[in-house]
Amino acid sequence: MHADNWLRDPTAERQPLKRPRVQPPTRLEGLTIGLFDIGKTRTPEFLDRLETQLQARGLKTRRYGKPTNAKVATPQIVQQVVDEVDAVVIGLSD
Amino acid sequence: MASSNEEPTTASSLPADGLALFLKRDCPTCLLIEPLAATIAGTAAPLHVYSQDDPGFPSGMSQVVDDRALAVSFMAQIEIVPTLIRYAGGKEVDRAVGWARDEWRRMTGIPTLGADLPAFQPGCGSKSHEPGVQEHLQARYGSTPLASRKVAFGGYDDDIELCFERGWSDGLPVVPPTDVRVMRMLEGTRRKPDEIVGDIPPNLAPCTVEKVAINAVMAGCKPEYLPVVLAALEAALEPVFTLHGVLATTYFSAPVIIVNGPIARRLGMNCGVNALGQGNRANSTICRALNLIVRNVGGGRPGEVDRSTLGAPSKIGLCFAEDESDPQWQPLSVARGFAPGESTVTLFQGHGPEAFVDQKSRTADELARSFGRSLCNLGHPKLVQSARAVVVLSPEHHAIFKQAGWDRARITEAMMVATMRPGTDLVVGADGIGEGIASNRAHEAIPKFFEGGLELVRAGGPAGLFSAILPGWLAGRNRDELQLVTKPVGD
Repeated sequence: MHADNWLRDPTAERQPLKRPRVQPPTRLEGLTIGLFDIGKTRTPEFLDRLETQLQARGLKTRRYGKPTNAKVATPQIVQQVVDEVDAVVIGLSD
Repeated sequence: MASSNEEPTTASSLPADGLALFLKRDCPTCLLIEPLAATIAGTAAPLHVYSQDDPGFPSGMSQVVDDRALAVSFMAQIEIVPTLIRYAGGKEVDRAVGWARDEWRRMTGIPTLGADLPAFQPGCGSKSHEPGVQEHLQARYGSTPLASRKVAFGGYDDDIELCFERGWSDGLPVVPPTDVRVMRMLEGTRRKPDEIVGDIPPNLAPCTVEKVAINAVMAGCKPEYLPVVLAALEAALEPVFTLHGVLATTYFSAPVIIVNGPIARRLGMNCGVNALGQGNRANSTICRALNLIVRNVGGGRPGEVDRSTLGAPSKIGLCFAEDESDPQWQPLSVARGFAPGESTVTLFQGHGPEAFVDQKSRTADELARSFGRSLCNLGHPKLVQSARAVVVLSPEHHAIFKQAGWDRARITEAMMVATMRPGTDLVVGADGIGEGIASNRAHEAIPKFFEGGLELVRAGGPAGLFSAILPGWLAGRNRDELQLVTKPVGD
């Protein structure tokens, strides 16, 4: 590793470096679920099936996507997801 | 310095046996002895030549080690070029620095070496010792004295964004604390990196000099500010400063740092025009470093232990120097018992500034009464002896007092007297206002502050009949448990 590729921790180092993931919701009732298509070829099929099942449980869903899996999501899309849904499922599969 | 995509030479390039010659083209002495390299290589022990700036130098040599990355120069501890070193059995056994004909003849075993050259000519500084280079080389090829955990990031990641994501920032961008920057910062003090300065509230986490240096880097400090940051931290950790309470309060307060003495001039601190404002690096970063230490080492963050209802811009960091240019003015540090000419920091639990305007009073009596009227309004006009305050006296206002022959003590006393109010005006319910003091004090005449609760500092630009008031924390009513703290600035 190059010497410039790390920073020195300014904290008391009482927390692990690897930050804990945000806990997923314990219940889905009443939540709006985002379905995010990263742009790989068969992701829509997977998300379609998932959406059907979520809607059958009475949950609201919203669809999002990137135009291509070769680029990261734009800040605008990420902000839209943050604003509009309570949880998001990202379809990674081919 | 070589760019990072050049393949660096390494310490393994040093010979186990033979001669090593370090030089650079940008050195008159190296140019002087340039022809000797081929002579030595042809007649003496194996010669390894290391060029710091041009692998084509010296000319006529078939093999010159490209040491533009300065790795070998660093490992061989080259301070001057040319330097000739003899190695035997993997160890250095002899060294000549600069051109010294007798030494070079002895080391090479060539009795006629440099017969047409002067007997002696000093060399030039090694590129490995140019300003700022040693820390880079230490970080890249040596061992660092740093013990803090490394937080890695990818080559295409933005390190400033990483600091935000980690929660290390007060909301403004911070300077990423790389090894090089932290080591340079530590050059600002003689104290050892692993020395514990104290336990930082609220988590009472031990804080080393190294952690102070890391946060000072992030705040934007220069190394020479570090002694001031260390002194400020030590002042803040005095029990009577009550740093935990200042952090946790719902009030507006935070540490305010006032710097006195020659250190303020040495650091180029602002005590004049816009002294309480933006634009001066030392003023802007020293107190920010203290607040980052509380945030990062102590774990004190807004919305967690920091419960300030509204906060204040001064919670980013308010630090300024006192204007000591008037020999008749007693500096704050001297008033607090320190010797004239001694560098100090004074910490106050406050916020601000609040404006004081008086463009018409022309006598000291008028002006003191005018200050008293404004001081009465701090927090609430009916609250007294509940907080301290610092008046930042501008030169034009000071000139009015000075013309009357008033010194610090006289001005302070007159302002205190001017804040005196009848208790009947101050008690709960008076003037139809619920806020106020206990009704059993209605018969008293009460000044705004208890004895010693008002301090003066002289600062500001030469023009403007404006001064400033820094209101103190409401817990200042506990006069013995909560005090200003002054500490000398060490090295």
